[in-house]
Amino acid sequence: MNVLADAEERPRASGGQAPDVFRSGGWVPMREFADEEMVDFAIVGTGAGGGTLAARLAEMGFSVVAFDAGAFWRPLDDFASDETEQDKLYWLDERISAGDASQEFGSNNSGRSVGGSTVHFQMVALRFRPEWFAVRTKLGYGRDWPVGADEMWRYYAKVEDALKIAGPVRYPWGPHRGRYPYRAHEVNAAGLVLAKGAEALGVAWAPTPLATLSAPRGKAPPCVYRGFCKVGCATNAKQSVLTTFIPRALAAGAEIRDLAMVGRVETGPDGLATGVLYHRGGVWRRQRARNVVVAGYAIETPRLLLNSASPRHPDGLANSTGLVGKCFMAHSNHAVWGIMEEEIRWYKGPPSMAVCEHWNYVDEGKDFHGGYAFMSQGPLPADHARALASNTGLFGMALRQRMALYNHMAGLKIVGETEPREDNRVELADEKDALGLPRARITFSYSDNDKRLFQHSLRFMRQMLEAAGARDFTETASTAHLMGGCRFGTSPRDSVVGPDGRTWDIPNLWVCDGSLFPTSGGVNPSLTIMALALRTADRIQALAQRGEL
Amino acid sequence: MVERFRSLYPHYDVLAKRNTPSWNDQTRAVIDVRLGAVPPRRFFTEAEWTTLVALCDRVIPQPERAEPVPITPWIDARLQEGHGSGTRFADLPPGPEAWRHGLAAIDAEAILRFGQRFHRLAAAEQDLILTAIDAGKGRAEAWSSLPGRKFFRHLVLITVAEIYYAHPAAWSEIGFGGPASPRGYLRLGMDRHDPWEAAEEDRGPVDEARR
Repeated sequence: MNVLADAEERPRASGGQAPDVFRSGGWVPMREFADEEMVDFAIVGTGAGGGTLAARLAEMGFSVVAFDAGAFWRPLDDFASDETEQDKLYWLDERISAGDASQEFGSNNSGRSVGGSTVHFQMVALRFRPEWFAVRTKLGYGRDWPVGADEMWRYYAKVEDALKIAGPVRYPWGPHRGRYPYRAHEVNAAGLVLAKGAEALGVAWAPTPLATLSAPRGKAPPCVYRGFCKVGCATNAKQSVLTTFIPRALAAGAEIRDLAMVGRVETGPDGLATGVLYHRGGVWRRQRARNVVVAGYAIETPRLLLNSASPRHPDGLANSTGLVGKCFMAHSNHAVWGIMEEEIRWYKGPPSMAVCEHWNYVDEGKDFHGGYAFMSQGPLPADHARALASNTGLFGMALRQRMALYNHMAGLKIVGETEPREDNRVELADEKDALGLPRARITFSYSDNDKRLFQHSLRFMRQMLEAAGARDFTETASTAHLMGGCRFGTSPRDSVVGPDGRTWDIPNLWVCDGSLFPTSGGVNPSLTIMALALRTADRIQALAQRGEL
Repeated sequence: MVERFRSLYPHYDVLAKRNTPSWNDQTRAVIDVRLGAVPPRRFFTEAEWTTLVALCDRVIPQPERAEPVPITPWIDARLQEGHGSGTRFADLPPGPEAWRHGLAAIDAEAILRFGQRFHRLAAAEQDLILTAIDAGKGRAEAWSSLPGRKFFRHLVLITVAEIYYAHPAAWSEIGFGGPASPRGYLRLGMDRHDPWEAAEEDRGPVDEARR
């Protein structure tokens, strides 16, 4: 049903060249490796984790082949201003969704493209609160991360520079940080509603730090505020992995294999990883590698590890603790919507141009552990109609008449922390997909603490919208982002992966994506995933120099 | 039942922008297919199709249009082509099966309550049935293996709403700017719009909602 889908027909990155994302119909040279050639790193996934890592490892001189199940798009040629057409960016293979808060996958959380979910992310680039890296020690809940805030803070600055994040001169929360590389964008009316409400309630707000350009950069133009960010940027203003780290990876000699679904990580009689089995161009092939990095995000990563069981690893790879797939987390994504006197026209500009992190940084006055950020909203028509109808059951002329108020709507939506709990998990279903691989089955429910958190947020956001002048409120519930399932930690007894990103069980098997998160924090995860990827690259280089790779 | 739709933009037509810098070739190609290549019935049986047409008419009534925005054909096409959504709820059968089962259950419910198939009922009777299904109060045996609310909201409402609001006629009636590439927008503030955006003509519905 997608009209501009050539990239899904056959692999584009082949014959010594890959698409040049910056030129219509253009190509850049690409180094290629034979399947039987032993490469230093086979990376599964090219999103925020895998794409970023591929670039850095190639720049350090390692030989790298990075696989993605999705297509290699040229946004200038392949992207339309249309929600329906652009569903080609999502992971639309069925996943089985269970639990009290069973999630909808696809559009809201799962990418399937070279560049991963960053091709359709909303570009919100927030750092974790520093205390969250030692959240058990400092705030008394969750689990400490095996990496310190000071170190992560340095990597955040590097990612922000790599993506030329556009943000305010002074960010109101957390310790001092340097200026953002690019100036903040003008805040749209939807964001000004948040600002007005925040000022009325006496809490801080800020223009959201965003991964879309506020001034030209190389071959990429500044954002023109067309508002289709969540279905892919057609101008390349968006600083996705597709337009930043993937070109760097190619220039540094990495090979990208698009439309290449990895079905198994292979291991030898000694238990070590030997390469990957992948499906491309209608056949199963085998790439040999000294190291394998799994970076498929918090569903595909556990799914691949579990499906790679072997005699030495009967319960799946890196799973001697039984923790692979456990403690899967999604952010609660609850929202309040109201009708404003003024015309808002939230379809203009990036969807979330103003942010409030008040409840991430204030610990008093809460009846729950954890935090949440909330942002102004700008859903496109079909997206909002779906949310409205599925949450409220509204149908008929009442639905049409509600949607008629589209240009007067304003909304606030949270990115709410949820607790890591073993009951929330990714498993293999009995049922197989078209390639014969077991489908993922995801079970997700909210804890009492999670519920208190989002109920608090709904009360607070309604108060803020009311203070900004909105009336006639509706509420919606949803989830966003995928995290956990292969958490990293300091002990092989209670984590899957060690502090460097290397699995405890198999020293040449690594994980580099959101599945590492021991806790979810109350901010969008992409910046943290990319910071971890930069750090993992540095750790790999240091280990290699010591001969410990 | 008298149902009138009231737009804030009765004279706005987003398609008037088709040959302006707000649309590029890519978007024109995509929208041309949506407007010009409405697919034929392939997946549903004739009887299922009849029920589905009646169902879509209640979810998105379009009494004011001589040619309603087509919805049923696109549901059929998705199922025929196996175009997934990424999600199958553990308590629902796979998409195609769930639709067939659900449509049969709606008809069974209509016969049980009113002695006739769903498409033969009056609008008010149809709405009563849909409201009951949404409340999990379907009486027909078929609902014992299909959770009514999940089916109604997460298959029917979501699918019908996203197909309708993907059509330029729906964009026009809500004043959405529509396609916007290469030209985006300059005026982002409250109560501001660019010359190529819809101008509001009727504030009545806003005042009613805020009262």
